[in-house]
Amino acid sequence: MSESLIYELSSPGRRGTPTPKLDVPEAELPAGLVREDLPLPEVSEIEVVRHFLRLSQLNYAIDKGIYPLGSCTMKYNPKINEVTARLPGFTGAHPHQPEGLAQGALRLMYELQEHLAKIGGFAGVTLQPAAGAQGELVGVLIMRAYHRARGDTQRDTILVPDSAHGTNPASTSMSGLRVVQIPSDKRGNVDLDALRSQVCDRVVGLMITNPNTLGLFEENIEEIVGIVHGCGGLVYGDGANMNALIGVVRPGDIGIDVMHYNLHKTFSTPHGGGGPGAGPVGVAAHLIDFLPDPVVVREGTDAEPHYRFHRPSQSIGRVRSFWGHFGILVRAYTYIRMHGSEGLRNVAEHAVLNANYLRCRVRDTYHVPYDRMCMHEFVAEGRISGTGSTAMDVSKRLIDYGVHPPTMYFPLIVHDALMIEPTETEPLRTVDAYAETLLRIAEEAVSDPALLHEAPHVAPVRRLDEVQAARTPVLRYRRQP
Amino acid sequence: MVYTPHTDDDRRVMLEAIGVGSLAELFTSVPEQHRFPKLDLPEALSEMDVLRELQTLSDLNLNANSVPTFLGAGAYRHWVPSVVDYVIGRGEFATAYTPYQAEVSQGTLQAIFEYQSLVCDLTGMDVANASHYDGATATAEAVIQAYNTFRKKRRKVLISPAVNPHYRAVVRTYTQGMDVQIAGDESIDTPPADLIDRVDSDTACVIVQNPNFLGQIEPLMGLADRIHARDPQTLLAVITNPISLGLLEPPGSFGADIVLGEGQPLGLGLNFGGPYLGFYATREAYVRQLAGRLVGQTIDAEGKPGYVMTLTTREQHIRRDKATSNICSNQGLMALAATVYLSVLGKHGLRQIAELNYHKAHYAATAIDALPGYSVLNRSPFFNEFVVLCPSPVARINAALLDSKPTPILGGYDLGHDFEGWEDRMLVAVTEMNSRAEIDAFVAALAAISVQERGEQ
Repeated sequence: MSESLIYELSSPGRRGTPTPKLDVPEAELPAGLVREDLPLPEVSEIEVVRHFLRLSQLNYAIDKGIYPLGSCTMKYNPKINEVTARLPGFTGAHPHQPEGLAQGALRLMYELQEHLAKIGGFAGVTLQPAAGAQGELVGVLIMRAYHRARGDTQRDTILVPDSAHGTNPASTSMSGLRVVQIPSDKRGNVDLDALRSQVCDRVVGLMITNPNTLGLFEENIEEIVGIVHGCGGLVYGDGANMNALIGVVRPGDIGIDVMHYNLHKTFSTPHGGGGPGAGPVGVAAHLIDFLPDPVVVREGTDAEPHYRFHRPSQSIGRVRSFWGHFGILVRAYTYIRMHGSEGLRNVAEHAVLNANYLRCRVRDTYHVPYDRMCMHEFVAEGRISGTGSTAMDVSKRLIDYGVHPPTMYFPLIVHDALMIEPTETEPLRTVDAYAETLLRIAEEAVSDPALLHEAPHVAPVRRLDEVQAARTPVLRYRRQP
Repeated sequence: MVYTPHTDDDRRVMLEAIGVGSLAELFTSVPEQHRFPKLDLPEALSEMDVLRELQTLSDLNLNANSVPTFLGAGAYRHWVPSVVDYVIGRGEFATAYTPYQAEVSQGTLQAIFEYQSLVCDLTGMDVANASHYDGATATAEAVIQAYNTFRKKRRKVLISPAVNPHYRAVVRTYTQGMDVQIAGDESIDTPPADLIDRVDSDTACVIVQNPNFLGQIEPLMGLADRIHARDPQTLLAVITNPISLGLLEPPGSFGADIVLGEGQPLGLGLNFGGPYLGFYATREAYVRQLAGRLVGQTIDAEGKPGYVMTLTTREQHIRRDKATSNICSNQGLMALAATVYLSVLGKHGLRQIAELNYHKAHYAATAIDALPGYSVLNRSPFFNEFVVLCPSPVARINAALLDSKPTPILGGYDLGHDFEGWEDRMLVAVTEMNSRAEIDAFVAALAAISVQERGEQ
């Protein structure tokens, strides 16, 4: 099952979808600036449709089955979101059209800011960040700007637990700050003694993921926040795992100063094969003036409100063109309106229910190193004791059973990690089937290890040679001379 | 509830297996006094009612596709072939994630490989990444690539004042914690040639836009050579409009080291500013400094061709604080849209679209320039945007255009937003979507407004 490249389907002179006719006189083309060769494919419309349809069929997707990638929250993407995002007044609005002619879009953005602020327990929200990673950069720049505005310019260090996503240290160094790593303790929490030994007047803040990447709620979160605040630092919450907390606890209530939300995780917008997502950032009152340019504000009366863009007084600046991933914001807004307060709590409760149920079903076979009540996900070791099978082998064998593997080899602090997040939208039957498949694979690891090691056997391709891909990179199609 | 499929029986079975009595007991690690707050959110709606509410909000916006529109300045109303939305609407693409498991992600991976190839061919470059968030952040990543190329030792970045103001602002935001000095855009009257005089051995890169923010096609011929004559290593980054590359010589053939831009014109709607697509290409020599995802071709265990994410040691999940960027995702679905767009238009179609833009823009410019009170300020050549000096403030003219009968006209961009004293300069965009009748109506309306304004003075 393989599909030719679109270039390989090309025939000289073949046309695709017809273009409109020229209905004005021709102007003279700019001398010396016109390109001679435009080496794009020449294919017909039906060939394009079939090519991409066949490509689509090589993909696994949530619409096909369970997709329990830990830390990614691959929940069902409701179809109503796609309908609302495609309403013509949204898709056809030009980002520079006058604010008076974009009141629907601005009102939606304002309401979404307000809803997210209430869900997270924050005073203000920016919708601009394009993704979680950009949200982190925004959050770190806000923390840096806050200290500098107070004349606290010697602060240059961000504390990051060893279980953190790689984007945390990367966002820190992009902000020109230094990373100091904090180890985890035996229960999978931040090691408090290690944290205490690192806090000082050089600390900008701590970036903490809660629940952490082991899927565990930080049991000492209030103490951690207290320690960091005690040295004048701020606490950044990585909201990647917010699906466990909506309606359960507001991070702002426990002292988190800044946090990004992943709308493509918690708020059900489609992942799109890797994007676009959105990473709004919520902040406590003392950071609201530092938010990126612009935010949406409401003026006028309740009866006749008017919404407009506003640049916060000490803004860190503009972080992207225009106003954010508006189409994604419409989907997230739709999701929140479909749920309300109780509906969102129900989401978190069932995300945590599914994760704990699956954990309990497999933990006698797959060692769970920090085995306590988890939140929306848990981390097991993928190696099967007494065999040579690894997390990779188990993952690839899952593909043969027609389901998607978990996140593997992350977090780095667990050997052969399998990070499993079923999400709340999976029925019990599907979770049971996944558990049984994992247990069957563990038996196969004993009875027929080669079956795992050579998996997948029934995917569109067999295991791919990543070493060759990196050693002799082929990163584009080139015509045969 | 809405999307949780559990029955009461399911919950009972599951809670028993876990060994707790209720859902609430799952959360005992959460500090009790903060547990289960009542969120002050509006009551949940049914699908029918939510659609009604959103329809109402949608109707409060002007739909720029439904009226003659001459507004661009970084986002353009282009025709989107039907095939584009058909493909990106497919659940197999839309509801997949990052292709971490290559064996069941070959559709996404091959599409990205094709996207990378198309961007290279369009820009005349060697290697393209899987995309950035938009043109502005791609510009910031170019600065970071240049900064990293010189191991953070070169501090100066020269940026043309005719680069989109949003992009220049984003570059400053991204670099505020770095030891980088952004210069060159102090006055809008600085042509790219004048930036060359400021290139020295401390200059990491020079950034120009072509066609520039004011629509002008910049004289790129020889620019790279003259930069390299002053310092052989300084990088040249060119921001470009991808539709213009259907017609114009690509920056790669002028010696650019990085070519990037906003991919929105490639089959993405206006969507009030996003999600869009930052395309990004560079030379082979710089592939290790490239940010973002890359897809490469390889073979599987049976020797069959396949695709994987590759050269990942540049990226944050491996290198953490030493990564080339913090970017994790790409604009997957938007890159797919651009891939489909470029495929279904192809070699001939993109050229025709580019020519339509060029001819229609020049037709409109000639007609406006002939009106009393208006003059087009661009020296030829320009592509599909140009600057009109107006007889009164653009804000007033645009308000009058919106009152046009029988249909409102969405006028051009008010350059007074970005440049002091330019309140009477309008940036007009014309695309293949503007019929001759629309252009004629726009010209007639401008003429009538000019007469009216003079009458009032």
